[in-house]
Amino acid sequence: MITIKNLHASIDGKEILKGLTLEVPAGQVHAIMGPNGAGKSTLASVLAGREDYEVTEGSVDFDGVDLLELSTEDRAREGMFLAFQYPVEIPGVSNVNFLRTALNEIREYRGKEAISAKDFMAMVREKSAIVELDPKLASRAVNEGFSGGEKKRNEIFQMAMLEPKLAILDETDSGLDIDALRIVANGVNKLRSEKNATIVITHYQRLLDYIIPDVVHVLYNGRIVKSGPKELALELEEKGYDWIKAEQEAK
Amino acid sequence: MGYTENELAKDLENQEYKFGFVTNIESDKAPKGLNEGIIRFISAKKEEPEWMLDFRLKAFVLWKEMTEPEWAHVHYEKPHFQDITYYSAPKQSKKYESWDDVDPEMKETMAKLGISMEEQQRLTGVAVDFVMDSVSVATSFKSKLAELGIIFCSFSEAVKDHPELVRKYMGSVVPVTDNFYAALNSAVFTDGSFCYIPKGVRCPMELSTYFRINEGGTGQFERTLVVADQGAYVSYLEGCTAPQRDENQLHAAVVELIALDDAEIKYSTVQNWYPGDKEGKGGIYNFVTKRGVCERNAKIAWTQVETGSAVTWKYPSCVLKGDNSIGEFYSVAVTNNYQQADTGTKMIHLGKNTKSTIISKGISAGKSQNSYRGLVQIHKSADNARNFSQCDSLLMTDECGAHTFPYIECKNSSAKIEHEATTSKIGEDQIFYCLQRGISEEKAISLIVNGYCKEVLNQLPMEFAVEAQKLLAISLEGSVG
Ligand SMILES: Nc1ncnc2c1ncn2[C@@H]1O[C@H](COP(=O)(O)OP(=O)(O)OP(=O)(O)O)[C@@H](O)[C@H]1O
Ligand SMILES: [Mg+2]
Repeated sequence: MITIKNLHASIDGKEILKGLTLEVPAGQVHAIMGPNGAGKSTLASVLAGREDYEVTEGSVDFDGVDLLELSTEDRAREGMFLAFQYPVEIPGVSNVNFLRTALNEIREYRGKEAISAKDFMAMVREKSAIVELDPKLASRAVNEGFSGGEKKRNEIFQMAMLEPKLAILDETDSGLDIDALRIVANGVNKLRSEKNATIVITHYQRLLDYIIPDVVHVLYNGRIVKSGPKELALELEEKGYDWIKAEQEAK
Repeated sequence: MGYTENELAKDLENQEYKFGFVTNIESDKAPKGLNEGIIRFISAKKEEPEWMLDFRLKAFVLWKEMTEPEWAHVHYEKPHFQDITYYSAPKQSKKYESWDDVDPEMKETMAKLGISMEEQQRLTGVAVDFVMDSVSVATSFKSKLAELGIIFCSFSEAVKDHPELVRKYMGSVVPVTDNFYAALNSAVFTDGSFCYIPKGVRCPMELSTYFRINEGGTGQFERTLVVADQGAYVSYLEGCTAPQRDENQLHAAVVELIALDDAEIKYSTVQNWYPGDKEGKGGIYNFVTKRGVCERNAKIAWTQVETGSAVTWKYPSCVLKGDNSIGEFYSVAVTNNYQQADTGTKMIHLGKNTKSTIISKGISAGKSQNSYRGLVQIHKSADNARNFSQCDSLLMTDECGAHTFPYIECKNSSAKIEHEATTSKIGEDQIFYCLQRGISEEKAISLIVNGYCKEVLNQLPMEFAVEAQKLLAISLEGSVG
């Protein structure tokens, strides 16, 4: 689904991603773990096309298209979705209006006609049930006054509505209570298919008990320095990152 | 897609004023300039009674003594009052009896404006009194309204057919001497609208007037008078667009609202006068005096969406004279490029238990200057008066300005006055969030801005709200910097 080769990216002249290589095939879930400041959110932002970052080297193939050539909105329309670590509030704009606008722009890009109000509302009902999102939240302004956990749940609701090919979840588990964690994870699992892929950025192996990853990667100092099966997450939880740092410094 | 200033400039360049066209209808014009003779000419053209001419001449004498106000936060070249044509009427030998008689070219103009009158009549039930260059050319729904005793006609007709009402109320809210532009208007106004709702009648449809400046160099001096008799209700819509033009055009309207005991008037405006080009050249000067008076238990709500004009100077106000009366002001003012707006409201509390609400949303883009100026005045007699004001400013670039000048004068200690103000810059985070969901930058801005203005847009009648949203989007296209 996505093939990232030797990706270098910097912000304000400071290099954050330093030759990152990663491949996530369709149908798989990959977890990315790593210490604070390693560049996990940066990777997500660069892939989503945030303007502040400058890509200086490397390539990204997204299901056959050159991702780096696309504008931010076209990446989204091609099926890239980012669940934000810190979801943004848009006062006065209802969630449903926001999503309908997004959905229709994506459909237009793909040569489909706009979704009818009836079909849209049916979809809202179906998808909000998947993440057990209070239907009231769907009609409230985007994230405005939402609790931290509600915002995260809303991100997954949006993901369910937009049906992306690749979803990147940036610390979606942080701030969720135990029940919400299970619900959100269930939601993600229900949306998994052979045709899409998921990148889960997390600090806690607990999430990976619910969303079983095919591969776990360690991102350290702007690079993927270790990859392994889901047991790697357990090892990290137990031992922390010091041994990774030591290993890297030894090189 | 963060915009650089250069890209922004290019974008705006490509965006010619949507309604910038001129219709070739021959005009019947007064010579340029202003003197007693011109005023007599206007009055004679309009076949006015003696009392109307007297009113004008008195106003003219007073105006000559007055000086232009300087206090607003705007800078512009003063209009040359002797260089303006004060009367211009579409050359038509006779008035139209029916819609079919209307000049096809005029119909086309209306179609270009997006207001096909047939459509309006059929679909929306809006009665339109279309004012093109000073003379009303078509009035609809009149008979239906007449059944209810509602009078809705051009100001000139009212002067002829309902002199007792006009004489009683004209100048009663905005006296001739109120200000420089009100005095000028009183002397030279050419036409406008008149509306009277009889006792206890609820006007069943939105009454609407579309104003339009059409003749190059013609100053527009409209006059509107709305009277809601005891217990009556009316919702009145005013909207306008104007053609592209080089020289500055002066527009100095006067609007007077009278809400008698238990009456309610909603007055909504979408204003889209030509704002001038990207260098700030041309554009309309919009110096408007709008005021309403509320008697006992009466209510007046002003709602305005202001996107046009080079210079706007406008303070729709409420005099809360009767006990328990209510005044409301909801405003969105957008400025772009070199536009300047100084707008706000005055709430004058005279009666007991009077209540006023002010919600003002300013949006500045380009190099524009946007000021809110509001006065809340609580008189000694106004026991338990209450006011709530909220003034928010949204900045689209680093080069524009937003200013808030709230004045509070309180002479009664039982009053409760609350004022809130915020200034924010449109968030890059918000735009990125939208883009990441597949929404284009233009749409994203439109969503964010409409969300920001929601409290005001919600006050507009449905079809007007849709139009206003589109207008906001057009006015702000590519304006994030
Ligand atoms: N504008 C900037 N200028 C310089 N450095 C920056 C800038 N923005 C981010 N950084 C740095 O980039 C590094 C990577 O940040 P990033 O948010 O990607 O980390 P992360 O792996 O997501 O961390 P966390 O686990 O805390 O979320 C950090 O050291 C951060 O301070
Ligand atoms: Mg992060």
